[in-house]
Amino acid sequence: MSRMGRARVRVPETASRGEVIEIRTMVEHPMDSGFLHNNMGQPIPRHIVETFTCTYNGSEIFRARLHPAVSTNPYFLFHTVATETGELVFTWKDDQGGVATASARIEVS
Amino acid sequence: MKLDTGRRRALQALAAGACLVIVRPATAESEELAPVLRELFGDRRIEQGKVTLDLPRLAESGNVVPVTVSVDSPMTPQDYVKRIHLFAGENPQPRIFDVELGPHNGVAKLSSRVRISTSQRVMAVAVLNDDTLWSAEVDVEVTVTGCGT
Repeated sequence: MSRMGRARVRVPETASRGEVIEIRTMVEHPMDSGFLHNNMGQPIPRHIVETFTCTYNGSEIFRARLHPAVSTNPYFLFHTVATETGELVFTWKDDQGGVATASARIEVS
Repeated sequence: MKLDTGRRRALQALAAGACLVIVRPATAESEELAPVLRELFGDRRIEQGKVTLDLPRLAESGNVVPVTVSVDSPMTPQDYVKRIHLFAGENPQPRIFDVELGPHNGVAKLSSRVRISTSQRVMAVAVLNDDTLWSAEVDVEVTVTGCGT
């Protein structure tokens, strides 16, 4: 498994049942598009995060397929309905076998 | 007289043609984007509307362009957005991201940061659960090229 940078997520610690919450995510990754050359004129091979998913108590609530035009350190902000207390798990996978994960707990009352 | 009406008709036709040419870019796809849209959506009609695409009209750097896509949808099990796609036809690869959503998201809205290689029209397409396609387009001017794309 190749190294992947730190992942950061922001999820509200508490929410009311039924509330739409905002989730912010970012992972450190070069997102080398494969279209650039280094200062020696050699092509920089493509190295990008290809998939990003989020599960909420095991159910997938968000999935993104990324192409080379997503910026360095991919950032996504999305929403979900707070249904129950539990855990959100975030997973990023790149095209060289790299995986990064993060998780966050939310109390729903 | 007969000649005159013929000329008038010709002029009217020309004017209509000119209007078509002027109006066309509002819905026209770039040459690079058309095959990508066909591959994803076949011959299904892409309507304009329901989708709001927020991008800076003038992006200082094409490397990090903030984007927000939202879709006017109740996000109920009966009526929701199942996918959102973002495209930049002039980028080396027109597809930027494809996102899957559902009623559990509560709202059909997401933000990210993307690379726009050159000044161009950026397009967002939403696929609803009834498989209708809705879109919005924004012209973005890039002063420093996002050559990382």
